[in-house]
Amino acid sequence: MLKIRKRDEPWKWGALVVFLGALLFSLAVSGLLLEGQGKDAIYGLTVLWQGSFGSLWSLEDVLLKAIPLFLCSLGVAVAFRMQLWNIGAEGQFALGAIGATWMALSFPDLPRFVLLPLMFVMAFILGGAWALIPAFLKLKLRVNEIISTLMLNYIAILLLDYLVFGVWKDPASFGFPMTPEFTEGAIIPGIGGSRVHWGIFFCVAVGVGLWAFMRFTRLGFELKASGEGARVARYAKIRYGMLVLFVMGLSGGFAGWAGCVETSAILNRLQPSLMVGYGYTAIVVAWLARLEPLNIAFASFLLAALRVGVENMQLKLQIPAAFGTIMEGVILLTVLAGQFFLTYKLVRKPRQE
Amino acid sequence: MWEFLIPLFAATVQSGTPILYATLGEMLTEKGGVLNLGVEGMMALAALAAFWTSLVTGSPWLGFVAGGCAGMLLASLHAFVCISCLGNQVVSGLALTILGGGLTHFLGVPYVGLAAPGFDPFDFPLLSQIPGVGEIFFKHDMLVYLSFIIPFLFWFFFRRTSLGLHVAATGEMPAAAAAVGLKPIRLRYFAVIAGGFLVGLGGAYLSLAYTHLWTNGLSGGRGWIAVALVIFAFWRPGRAVAGAYLFGGVMAFQLRLQAAGTHLPSSLLLMLPYLLTILVLILSAWRGRRIDAPAALGTNIEPEG
Repeated sequence: MLKIRKRDEPWKWGALVVFLGALLFSLAVSGLLLEGQGKDAIYGLTVLWQGSFGSLWSLEDVLLKAIPLFLCSLGVAVAFRMQLWNIGAEGQFALGAIGATWMALSFPDLPRFVLLPLMFVMAFILGGAWALIPAFLKLKLRVNEIISTLMLNYIAILLLDYLVFGVWKDPASFGFPMTPEFTEGAIIPGIGGSRVHWGIFFCVAVGVGLWAFMRFTRLGFELKASGEGARVARYAKIRYGMLVLFVMGLSGGFAGWAGCVETSAILNRLQPSLMVGYGYTAIVVAWLARLEPLNIAFASFLLAALRVGVENMQLKLQIPAAFGTIMEGVILLTVLAGQFFLTYKLVRKPRQE
Repeated sequence: MWEFLIPLFAATVQSGTPILYATLGEMLTEKGGVLNLGVEGMMALAALAAFWTSLVTGSPWLGFVAGGCAGMLLASLHAFVCISCLGNQVVSGLALTILGGGLTHFLGVPYVGLAAPGFDPFDFPLLSQIPGVGEIFFKHDMLVYLSFIIPFLFWFFFRRTSLGLHVAATGEMPAAAAAVGLKPIRLRYFAVIAGGFLVGLGGAYLSLAYTHLWTNGLSGGRGWIAVALVIFAFWRPGRAVAGAYLFGGVMAFQLRLQAAGTHLPSSLLLMLPYLLTILVLILSAWRGRRIDAPAALGTNIEPEG
């Protein structure tokens, strides 16, 4: 018989082992799914690998997708740390894109060094404001933020549709729902001759900034303390309500920045195809990374690689993009189950006579 | 006036039915102390399982049961992760929604646009003759009639059966329940999996009765509405019925407005149910009845040792 025992000290490399185990398990599950569809699993997984890491081109793709994922996950993680279940990154991302587009379309002739900052500021304001709605509802009316943030995702996407099908529609788009293409000043340029754009340095700056903020400021300390639990927070006389507003605003602002980067650098305009679920993948990333900024960088890279690899599979094996979503779900569930072994272990129980 | 209202109310009952099944399923789960945010993914997968089974076997009833089983299957994953492995209930539910949605899109590709045998409306003997009420409530399909009974069964289960009382005890105070010799772990498994079955029936309704066609995105946020309605209903089946029909009404109304060709853009009309969900949560918080939530909701049972 096996018995559950609490570990006396934490399992040192446990988190990594669990993570790698989950990755292997999800590969096995997806292999089985491929076989179930009558496709060669080994070939499929090779295509997945080559799609993600097989060439410089694909590596560039991975980096490009890691940028919005990183920004969204950072936002999700800041909120989750305080036990604020902001699952509205998708909607806040949309609002950020809307804010950036608004500036880009209103002031098309401004030089880049004025217009781009303006777009980033507006993206942060709108993304943050979208997250402040559930924060206010939670504080004033005790409305569950899980549901309100999620409902605001649906509403944000419909708002984006409303804009690109209506007031912002490009008259020269032959009826396609999209805004006119941005002017040069509104586009984040690529670095050197590569497709990777300057947004990646922006990510580094935001990541380091957040780390320094959490580490060296009083507010950052309060944030960490209130994440430890309500009792600690009360003991340290922390202004809980203000912190909730601050954290949710920051969380939404980060997702808004992701939306800004994606519209400006990748699409160069606003259109519904912007919404590919980065906001939901960001939740997976944040949890896999155990809400730590540096881990988030690695995890966003990994899940971006998964997305790019699945795109390659879509082309070569004619499977739907949802294949990647399944893998994300399986990885997350397995990690959740595996985290049991970080605090507990199974020991052999001596047979009682 | 009545020529407009009676068909609208009848459509309300029909669009409210899948939400009612799902709300009661989530309510049963939460009564046992486990929060399952995977309803949206479970409904989606259940809708596909029901559609596929009905298409292959030609029997909508088998499809209906298959939908319930698909809900149970995903729910048992959630149960294992949360109850046995002590995983975070919020995150596990989200993972379930991601997984269920992914599986549905992945497996459903070959069936998009196909039709399967489903449930058709018929006049319920005698009752459909009642003026007004008959036309609103008794000119539907079999699954709607079935959904009229389930809230009563639900009430009876939690008020009059010992199993129901034990499940509720586990949702309130698992430690105390264990102290008097109950098995909280098993009871929680039961609540999550049985709740998953009901949620699955709601999903099955979407593909077998609401439409007879397979399209992607059938669940369309109904799972999340169900999660919100459990709070709105203060964990009581009677109020769940009211909530489900409220949403059914808004969805039916919005479809009618679109069909009538109003000047309002469709994207703004489509926002209505989601805005209403937030409004409904504000209203239920305003009544200040948080105490009705099962006390141990969302917390896992730590093993001894």
